Amino acid sequence: MMMNREQKTILELSSEGRNGFRFPKSDVKAAELPNDLMRETLPLPELSEMDVVRHYTRLSALNYSVDTGFYPLGSCTMKYNPKICEKAARFSGFSQLHPLQPVETVQGALLILYEMQEILQEISGFHAASLTPAAGAHGEFSGVKMIAAYHNQRNNSRRKVMLIPDSAHGTNPASSVMCGFRVQPVNTNERGNIDLKSLAAYCNDELAGIMITNPNTLGLFDENLVEAIDMVHQAGGLVYGDGANMNALLGIAKPAELGFDVMHFNLHKTFATPHGGGGPGAGAVCCTERLRDFLPGPIAAVIEPATDELPPLYGWKMPEKSIGQVGSFWGHFDVIVKAYTYCLMLGRDGLKRVAEFATLNANYLMSALKDVYPLPYDRICMHEFVLDVKWPDAPDVRALDVAKRLMDYDFHPPTNYFPLIVHEALMIEPTETENKQTLDLFIEAMRSIAKEAHEQPELLHDAPVNTPFGRMDEVKAAKDLKITE
Amino acid sequence: MMFIPHSDAERDEMLAAIGIQSMDDLFEAIPKRYRFPKINLHEGMTEIEASAQLKEIAEADLSVEDVSCFLGAGAYHHYIPAVIDNLISRGEFYTAYTPYQPEISQGTLQGIFEYQSLIARLTGMEAANASHYDGATACAEAGILAYHQFRGKRKKILISPGLHPHYAAVMQTYLENFDGVHIEIPEFKSLDSVTPQNLADLIDEETAMVMVQYPDFFGQLFDYSEFAEIVHAKGALFCMSVNPIALGLLKTPGEMGADIVVGEGQPLGIPLSLGGPYLGLFAAKKDLIRKVSGRIVGETVDNRGQKAYVLTLTAREQHIRREKATSNICSNQGLNALTAAIYLSLLGKKGLQDVARLCYDKAHYAAERISKIPGFHVLNSTPFFHEFAVACPAPVSEINEHLLHHGILGGLDLSRMIPSLQNVMLIAVTELNSKEAIDDFCRILSGDENDDES
Repeated sequence: MMMNREQKTILELSSEGRNGFRFPKSDVKAAELPNDLMRETLPLPELSEMDVVRHYTRLSALNYSVDTGFYPLGSCTMKYNPKICEKAARFSGFSQLHPLQPVETVQGALLILYEMQEILQEISGFHAASLTPAAGAHGEFSGVKMIAAYHNQRNNSRRKVMLIPDSAHGTNPASSVMCGFRVQPVNTNERGNIDLKSLAAYCNDELAGIMITNPNTLGLFDENLVEAIDMVHQAGGLVYGDGANMNALLGIAKPAELGFDVMHFNLHKTFATPHGGGGPGAGAVCCTERLRDFLPGPIAAVIEPATDELPPLYGWKMPEKSIGQVGSFWGHFDVIVKAYTYCLMLGRDGLKRVAEFATLNANYLMSALKDVYPLPYDRICMHEFVLDVKWPDAPDVRALDVAKRLMDYDFHPPTNYFPLIVHEALMIEPTETENKQTLDLFIEAMRSIAKEAHEQPELLHDAPVNTPFGRMDEVKAAKDLKITE
Repeated sequence: MMFIPHSDAERDEMLAAIGIQSMDDLFEAIPKRYRFPKINLHEGMTEIEASAQLKEIAEADLSVEDVSCFLGAGAYHHYIPAVIDNLISRGEFYTAYTPYQPEISQGTLQGIFEYQSLIARLTGMEAANASHYDGATACAEAGILAYHQFRGKRKKILISPGLHPHYAAVMQTYLENFDGVHIEIPEFKSLDSVTPQNLADLIDEETAMVMVQYPDFFGQLFDYSEFAEIVHAKGALFCMSVNPIALGLLKTPGEMGADIVVGEGQPLGIPLSLGGPYLGLFAAKKDLIRKVSGRIVGETVDNRGQKAYVLTLTAREQHIRREKATSNICSNQGLNALTAAIYLSLLGKKGLQDVARLCYDKAHYAAERISKIPGFHVLNSTPFFHEFAVACPAPVSEINEHLLHHGILGGLDLSRMIPSLQNVMLIAVTELNSKEAIDDFCRILSGDENDDES
């Protein structure tokens, strides 16, 4: 008999009259309240401080996390989140700054923003950067909007088609539509590259641009990349880079030199800031000279240059033809401090080693698994790779089953069913922070699951069993929709 | 090397297992002329060195903890209970990803379910999502929802001039020129003219959504119940952007008839951090839920019969619907939503009422004091919550510079956002402004600095 791991909700734990936090008595006289504007009831829970601490601590124990185990979730770059970054972001001189303080009182913060812009530019080869986007998809929206603004300014209103390879993240088409573009998928060829014939068919005067993830979501460096970019440029289109996979390119290649015009970074992937159970992230956007005036703003800038006696004065600057403001204030500063701290510690050589060892780890796993799991694109991968769980002699076993069974071996499953062009995809991204022993244990688990799949497939279908919870009734969740209590 | 555990021997063993000679062989797919570019950055640092350097940088900043802060305008200095940082610093929470594997993510999922429940209760609405990036993007997402609600047939979004100017700007970025959508904001004339009555005349059959802020950007409070009826009579959606602390006392948007409620959740235990990351609140009537963007957690059971939670209605989202998705949002503000849930649970019913009342009383005390200073004039003539506008006898930037010399961070110079409002300061007061600090503030404003050093 397994222990019931169900937890009461914070509302079920409530008990009338309890109070977890006391405010001081007011030191001013009570002001008259607008009686017709007062609420009648406030149905919030009533708990002691310990009730709250114990409840959320118990909830935390039901989570799998990078701090507790290996999390090879493809495309998400679940690397270790250094603790010094958390500490630095909590310095009062960073965490307790009001966004509208006079710039003279936040010179330290502006210095960090300015230098982070420079670091991203140096790594990517781009000429300008804005740190205002709140997440990868938000940076993507900003970058695609810049492409729209660029064509508009040149009175090219015919350019309404955004090309997106069929291996792309779902955010790419969604962002394009939000910016008023029509989405046209482009095929991937048998080597996992952009199919140039498919591309050529769309290189005309309706072309606004193309969104390319490189390395692509198969974990491969696209061998047709430079040619594809050239074709789009020749046709008058611009090239957007989805920077989700930048972890593979740090110090290895600069996207701007490869021909990209604009790209976002996911600071919460590449620069080790934590994912927070779904956010907050940060999605800086970088671009070449011809797009810099369109960047979302404001961006950190030197407003008075340094003199012999004084350091430069940093301030805010709105790019001339900016697509506008994309958030309430200036971006996820707290996340940026963490990313900046990470860059300080790694430096030039450390950043290159990140890409090298992320790639080494991925290839090590791939070469140890490809004799037991079908590998649809068999060549040296970058920071991740995709298996296709389709065994002719175990037809009932699907990628989902392998993923669920991995939990019984105490691993977080890889991303599954993405990219869409691999039907039973398991997308594995180990990151550079995992050691060889962990990778070996993972290989052992994966090989043992492959054996189970053939000999005792029910073990996979019933998995997970060693976890606090079993498989969920997702249909019920949507049908009997209960999203609050 | 920092955070990369491999020894040279392990590296060589792994290269051999792959069947290649060197690390460089991993990158043969990259055209040679682009491979291994020069990166002109400094060398790496140890933790001790980085920590010292960052500390020095941080010390160049003026923390609101070291001054008396009267600055608000969408970001507020509230006390953050110790419990919060303790709980959200648990690696099990902050180093997890989006809960795509519910069997091993119930901590995050139940936390979000509780957050949704608490936000729905606070706003008086039936449903809430798992968050948007911040108050401004939540407003923009409400606009996108309204566009889809009328299948693009109603093209106008009407915004009150009492909406935070940054929120209006972000709505412009997201929506202006999107399939013919246009945003109408009546020109700001005077504070007295920012009323629901003046907005009501502009609603027509073309209007998809009407957007107001409560309390508005200038702190003003109105009962929007009748206004909501007018909006609905024209067939449009009514959206209110709220301050969640104010809802500890005030009549809820739900009671007034709002269809959508958005807002900035930062006051619920999230540090100021120069403006982010914050928390975009998003609640709605139940019949709109399938058009709401962003993640939503729902209750279900697992195959062992345990009550549990999953991400639900995922068919709305970008990873399934791609170009037909309700929004491109993927990462949201998960950890900040958890923060808000912990804050609301800890303070509970009484705590939230208390903090709201403290803000209200202290703001009114400050306004009363300031209104007695010659040359200063409180512009708010209707009820307000914890923020109000004051006409000053000199440019606000000059007054603020002077205040700063006395360790006081003055209110917002409104001319920064609304050029016609010269010499007007927007002042915010929270539970952290003591009577003594308010008295000092007033004394400096009045030019009486005699016993300042006492």
